[in-house]
Amino acid sequence: MWEYTDKVKEHFLNPRNVGEIENPDGVAEVGSLACGDALKLTFKLDENKKIKDAKFKTFGCASAIASSSALTEMIKGMTVEEALKVTNQDIAGYLGGLPDEKMHCSVMGKQALEKAVENYRGAPPLEAGAKIICECFGVTDKEIERAVRENNLSTVEDVTNYTKAGGGCGNCHDAIQQIIDQVRSEPKTDTKPKLTNIQKIRLIEETIEREIRPSLKHDGGDIEIIDIIGNRVIVATRGACSTCKASDITLKHFVEHRLKEFVSPDIVVEEVAK
Amino acid sequence: MSIIYLDNNATTQVSEEVQETMMPYFRELYGNPSSMHTFGGQVGREIRTARERVAALLDALPEEIIFTSCGTESDNTAIRSALAIHPDRKHIITSRVEHPAIHVLCAQLAMQGYRITELPVDKNGLIDLENLEKNLTPDTAVVSLMWGNNETGVIFPVEKAAQMAHEKGVLFHTDAVQSAGKIPVNMKTNVIDMLSMSGHKLHAPKGIGILYVRRGTRFSPFLIGGHQEKGRRGGTENTPGIIGLGKACELADKNMQKENTEVKRLRDKLEKELLARIPQSRVNGDTVNRLPNTTNISFEYVEGEAILLLMNELGICASSGSACTSGSLQPSHVLRAMGVPFTMAHGSIRFSLSIYNTEKEIDFVIEKMPAIIERLRGMSPYWNTAQSSCASK
Repeated sequence: MWEYTDKVKEHFLNPRNVGEIENPDGVAEVGSLACGDALKLTFKLDENKKIKDAKFKTFGCASAIASSSALTEMIKGMTVEEALKVTNQDIAGYLGGLPDEKMHCSVMGKQALEKAVENYRGAPPLEAGAKIICECFGVTDKEIERAVRENNLSTVEDVTNYTKAGGGCGNCHDAIQQIIDQVRSEPKTDTKPKLTNIQKIRLIEETIEREIRPSLKHDGGDIEIIDIIGNRVIVATRGACSTCKASDITLKHFVEHRLKEFVSPDIVVEEVAK
Repeated sequence: MSIIYLDNNATTQVSEEVQETMMPYFRELYGNPSSMHTFGGQVGREIRTARERVAALLDALPEEIIFTSCGTESDNTAIRSALAIHPDRKHIITSRVEHPAIHVLCAQLAMQGYRITELPVDKNGLIDLENLEKNLTPDTAVVSLMWGNNETGVIFPVEKAAQMAHEKGVLFHTDAVQSAGKIPVNMKTNVIDMLSMSGHKLHAPKGIGILYVRRGTRFSPFLIGGHQEKGRRGGTENTPGIIGLGKACELADKNMQKENTEVKRLRDKLEKELLARIPQSRVNGDTVNRLPNTTNISFEYVEGEAILLLMNELGICASSGSACTSGSLQPSHVLRAMGVPFTMAHGSIRFSLSIYNTEKEIDFVIEKMPAIIERLRGMSPYWNTAQSSCASK
């Protein structure tokens, strides 16, 4: 028998916001029947671009249903930018904690939220270049990397608990171990204190203002931050940059380089779809 | 809230008569049966009676019964004994749906260099005896097949399988933990060499089991130490457990008829009504070759753990083969071996009855289950689509 908190039980027995919003602003489906849990999330914004309503439909165990219920309650009243800052840890925390083996339920909530926001923004699919590591559950290297980094995981078993990766045939265990080793060997975690999301956003803004914008302006160009999702900085090019054929080289070699140097080596700069 | 216990393949309630029989052996008659004094020696007499009672249930000889601590110990002992007496043989045949006591042991033996053949099962959970025959080789040390499956209740033709093994000079063991006491087991009319049984599945307490070893079968003990059980299993006897198991076997023998008429009727009623009242549900496993007390039903588009917890709110106890209840991410190995689709396996519930269940309890479960499944399907993102696609057909 799982040791569920009273809050988990309560949200399972009396789930909030079950259903689907008609004509939603954002919608996402994650998981599948085969892997044993799946979540469909819909949300609608009000005139102030705040999440007015969020609803879910979940196939899964008690903690999957409770996590979905918690997520919809948490993001109501937030802007999508604020909602994106909700982590799987926040969802688990809201419920008073989840058993380790059930952390993937909170990760599923986080994934659905990200996908629904993407759907709202009409942005391209997440994390181009991601590669499927766990074939059984369709988990990518980027997802594993992120789970390892954000939850400070150290074993394959941890990764399985958080992402399901490695929970099927087990053929990917070596690959998962490699990702863990690689993430854990990154020096920054020891040397630099971990930034909170707000500190990181501020640091990115300051760095752009101080180190990047003056050079761009010099050439008649500019960039604008559209969003920051974890370590992904989404920018739009303005002025001369927006028509410049070499702007992506500028973004990668100049903007990203500077942000990696001043903020975090994990920063990736992406240009919003034109 | 009263409990409706339909999880008797997991464990059973110790029956009142069994408990009464055991009670004196905790505080009054606590002597060691090996002692020289009458105080201890009189307990030895009760152990003898218990051994006779167990033997009677199995139509075996008392000397063929070795008391152990549980079914798992019996299974481990049987396999290791077979390997020890045939050190030159490196092959074991078992099935893909065995209890972990066999399955995990064999996986470990495989790492030590043994060759393991796991016979597949068909969609009804049955094995193909021709396939067994094909796999028997001079290198085969033992065949171990379970008599009744714990998850589906499917019965394997172990008596025939034992004959086939014998024709090739191979030892045969069966895990009869789920079948002993539920269906007739007659060791006089079959040639099975070793059989495992567990007390707590037939209303005796946990922590007591037996290994049947046919007279004349060579045997190598697993627990070495004292002379207990004629040196075949060291360790001071679990006297209350053994005496309780003896009583439980006597009762099981007496209740065998009821188990196969009344319990079976309630099981069939439960199954028939749930299938009729809940759309997109089906039984897993063969319904002919099956224990009288077990039914395993899948409810599509919902997940087993969620079903169990809602049943729990009403005091109804059962089990599930879903991934979420096992702590792993894959549904039950038994259902997977049968090729039950993941979508069905995740929503599987096992109901296992006992002679202590009443018609009223079964009616209550029949009444409550449809609403539980409906409630969860109402939350499931797949249910609407599934329903509309069915309606359009």
